[in-house]
Amino acid sequence: MTDLLEIRDLKIEATSYPPGEPPREVTLVEGVSLKLPKGRVMGLIGESGAGKSTIGLSTLAYGRGGVRITGGRVVLNGQDILTLAPGALRKLRGKTVTYVAQSAAASFNPAKKLIDQVIETTLAAGVPKPQARARAVELFRKLSLPAPETIGERFPHQVSGGQLQRVMTAMALCPKPELVIFDEPTTALDVTTQIDVLAAIKAAIRDEGVAALYITHDLAVVAQIADEIMVLRHGKMVELGDTGQIITAPREGYTRDLVSVRQIEHPEKPQAAEPVLTIAGISARYGRSGPQVLSDVSAVLPQGQTLAVVGESGSGKSTLARVITGLLPPGDGTITFAGRTLSPAMAGRSRDDLRELQMIYQMADTAMNPRQTVATIIGRPLEFYFGLKGAEKQARVTALLEEIELGPKFADRYPAELSGGQKQRVCIARALAAKPRLIICDEVTSALDPLVADGILKLLMDLQRDEGVAYLFITHDIATVRAIADRIMVMHRGKVVRSGPKAEVLAPPFDAYTDLLLASVPEMRQGWLEQVVQGRRMAAGGE
Amino acid sequence: MSRIPLSALIGLILTAAYFLAAVFASLIAPYGMAEIAGGVWEPMSATHWLGTDSIGRDLLSRMIYGGQVTIFVATAATLVAFTTGALLGFIAAVSGGWVDQVLSRLVDLFMSIPALILALVILSVMPVTLPVLIAVMGLIESTRVFRLARAVAVDIAVMDYVEAARLRGEGLGWVIFREILPNALSPLVAEAGLRFIFMVLFISTLSFLGLGVQPPLADWGGIVKENKDGIVYGVPAALIPAVAIATLAISVNLVADWILNRTTSLKGGRG
Amino acid sequence: MSIHPVARLLAQRIALGLVLLFAASILIFAGTQILPGDVAQSILGQSATPQALANLRAQLGLDQPAMTRYLAWAGGVLHGDLGKALTNGQDIATAMSQRLGNTLFLAGAAAVIAVPLALILGLVSVRYRGRWPDRVISAVTLSTVSVPEFLLGYLAMFFFAVQYRVFPSVSTVYDSMGFFEKLHAIGLPVMVLVLVVLGHMMRMTRAAILNVMQSAYVETAELKGLRPFTIIARHALPNAVAPVVNVIMLNMAYLVVGVVVVEVVFVYPGMGQYLVDHVAKRDVPVVQACGLVFAAVYIGLNMLADLVAILANPRLRHPR
Repeated sequence: MTDLLEIRDLKIEATSYPPGEPPREVTLVEGVSLKLPKGRVMGLIGESGAGKSTIGLSTLAYGRGGVRITGGRVVLNGQDILTLAPGALRKLRGKTVTYVAQSAAASFNPAKKLIDQVIETTLAAGVPKPQARARAVELFRKLSLPAPETIGERFPHQVSGGQLQRVMTAMALCPKPELVIFDEPTTALDVTTQIDVLAAIKAAIRDEGVAALYITHDLAVVAQIADEIMVLRHGKMVELGDTGQIITAPREGYTRDLVSVRQIEHPEKPQAAEPVLTIAGISARYGRSGPQVLSDVSAVLPQGQTLAVVGESGSGKSTLARVITGLLPPGDGTITFAGRTLSPAMAGRSRDDLRELQMIYQMADTAMNPRQTVATIIGRPLEFYFGLKGAEKQARVTALLEEIELGPKFADRYPAELSGGQKQRVCIARALAAKPRLIICDEVTSALDPLVADGILKLLMDLQRDEGVAYLFITHDIATVRAIADRIMVMHRGKVVRSGPKAEVLAPPFDAYTDLLLASVPEMRQGWLEQVVQGRRMAAGGE
Repeated sequence: MSRIPLSALIGLILTAAYFLAAVFASLIAPYGMAEIAGGVWEPMSATHWLGTDSIGRDLLSRMIYGGQVTIFVATAATLVAFTTGALLGFIAAVSGGWVDQVLSRLVDLFMSIPALILALVILSVMPVTLPVLIAVMGLIESTRVFRLARAVAVDIAVMDYVEAARLRGEGLGWVIFREILPNALSPLVAEAGLRFIFMVLFISTLSFLGLGVQPPLADWGGIVKENKDGIVYGVPAALIPAVAIATLAISVNLVADWILNRTTSLKGGRG
Repeated sequence: MSIHPVARLLAQRIALGLVLLFAASILIFAGTQILPGDVAQSILGQSATPQALANLRAQLGLDQPAMTRYLAWAGGVLHGDLGKALTNGQDIATAMSQRLGNTLFLAGAAAVIAVPLALILGLVSVRYRGRWPDRVISAVTLSTVSVPEFLLGYLAMFFFAVQYRVFPSVSTVYDSMGFFEKLHAIGLPVMVLVLVVLGHMMRMTRAAILNVMQSAYVETAELKGLRPFTIIARHALPNAVAPVVNVIMLNMAYLVVGVVVVEVVFVYPGMGQYLVDHVAKRDVPVVQACGLVFAAVYIGLNMLADLVAILANPRLRHPR
């Protein structure tokens, strides 16, 4: 069997410019080898910094910024493309090997019609314009884009994100390439959109018989589409095997961790406890004439339990957090917290109201003042709410640092000197310092790599057990919800579509939206995608 | 910390030299400001290092005293511009709403007329004294500082850590001075350098046009004006103060550039 | 009722320009009329007799309320009547038209040279980013930005007029001169103005083009294997037009200010010279008129830049 692509002992380096230090060389990828026969799909999976995109771009002999391919060979159809002259390389790029980027919105030229960009390389290869257009329309149809005949006449900003991602796939397939690099093509999409794009891409790849490298951080996604999977970590290969073997019988410990991620078991607590937070009939909008973002939202959160608020972008879940904290006074409705009715605006709340209701943000980077040390960040609420000073405050800071599993040596560090997971832990400590009864967690794990996110979730659960704090957990990720929630509230376009205890919400019969949402979450088994798509087709046919 | 690059070092040394000469002018100037010490437009010599001017005064001495005036006026006007501009900018950013609207539109209006033209219009009816010059230049330039200060503060005010501080119940003082100011300082300091250069050029230009510092006082721009007729006869006396202005401006620019680069390369310094 | 959003935005921007011009006229008027201190006093000086002061006040109309005076002045301006000069009683509009033409000739000549030159240097510096051509261009422009206009002016005069006698040191122009004679006469001021704006314009052009070249869609074009020329012409340029035009317009505004100093240096009979002379003579009506004209040009250029930016934005041209 002849291989279309063979990568042998690839080494990729870059120059990094750490602040206040001389620049130094860093190795991004080392010792990676793979073989890809014609028409096969290989998944590259790993956390951020694993080097998967860098490897993908190396098959186009391309390095972003100061990235250089310094060793090994990338052989395509028997030819080492790293030695090609610029002219020959141009013939290869965009014709033999094509690329689909994570953000199609940024990757399309905003000043040109889609069709002109899609057929650009096909025209350059000498195909007459009518044929090239016909080919593009055929691909639009194959990718189930609406109005395939005319969608090309639009400009990039005139179509939705999910559609744009499919148009970019059409652009990559149009010149009939032999290899397509998909670089996280569905990561930026909502889960219910992701499934359509995924199914369209998969069908098109099969139909065109093209080989592909599919890069993602989501093992469940890649399991649907790849024949083989390579697991990467810190620029090195961890494991390479058939998709079935990787997800059912991983050989390496790291792969096992990836497969078992989000399998925290959290039995639902009984309902009996007193409610710490009750919201009733909340409606809200931004500005006086803005669109209604929340309408008639009600929920109950029992003391020491977790209420997960689930929804996609635009569902109003983050607005709900702003309403509860008092940053956005609601137009209607009441908030009852720890037995007292809260003033709608923050300014009217007592210091105890503020203290007992803390918040943790999605981006730990921007949630901490970069000019303050960890000790200042955690110490300030102690000083502000409890008047702690000197040794007493220091002792409490140390205790909190122990509680978040970091230890006292972190006290003098600045946020820039912490990793993503450590930053989020410091934010948790800052919230805990106030001895809150309720912490609002706004997508606190979605910016983190899966294993790090798991660590944070475990910490949150341990803290809940020890301190009895309640969480209002806002997320778009169903797996996280299954792992930690006691109660669930599903939101869609500013309305609550379903709420109740976890077991009840996650059990049929479902309403239409919850059904769609739950069915769209990729499961880590082969054949899941086909099954869902099949199921939908039958449902549509039955109507 | 990191080593100072050569260009910034040169800038620092020259800037310091000019400021020191300005402070100790009366100690180091060989002749008096108005003292006629030789013939008209004598060339450079051992007694007159830079030669003499259009009526025979020692040019080096006049340069040293003139530098004092230039640097004093520029520094004072920069201070005026900064205190007014930064304060109003921060207030606009933190309060938002109509306060922000009114201040911002007013600044738009002032910036719709070129600075030099606006200064000329106002100076045509005002008595041209040092305090008036400093106030007019400072207030006109404060609009530029306002824009920067407001933009920087608005960027910081939307950060989650500022929201976290407000949710904690912190007062306006803590928010402005402990959360926003430390993160806004570096760009503002670099901007101060650039504004200072602009002030030096501004006052020199006004004086050159005869509408800035008035005799018997003289600044560098004024010295250029006094000696400009010599150029046609091949006397370079007017070029000396002009070169001094340029070197001072370039030196400060090099320092400001370095500060700006240092702050932008600080990861997490400001996002 | 469907007005294209671009048309509406353009109309809004033009209306804003007019409002701004109106507000600027109030500002200029207020700046010369309602300041603390007595205008007549500061015009005539401390030694003026009370009778002379009273006469001047009446002549300036200072005995009437500010509002009335402003309306009379603004009404006149709308009819092309800029008033009469205090010093010699000349009609300002007549005196100005000749000088305005001269100034536009000078600024236009400088723009014709500076704009293409700045674009070329900007492109060269992007093409060789971080290498020596870029560094040299950066260093030279950093210095020209920090140098006062009159230094450039006298340096040019010292070398090209006095030492080598290539151009005249004083730029006298009059009507009977031929076009090329005029061009020769303004050689030095044009050279200086070009240097004054070149630094700013080139730096900003470089930044604008770099911004576009580092965008994801240019990377896409590169990964499509397009030739460098095609990438620049088809993918970078259409998106760089708006920022670059903006840069050019902003620098034309610099030119408006630079022209004041350069005209004084080379004794060129233009608007700048006219304004400076009459500021020194405290001739308020002339100063007001000149200030208004400069402000109008400046506001107009800024408005033009915004209009181009609106027209070049595909999101606005092709709404959802």
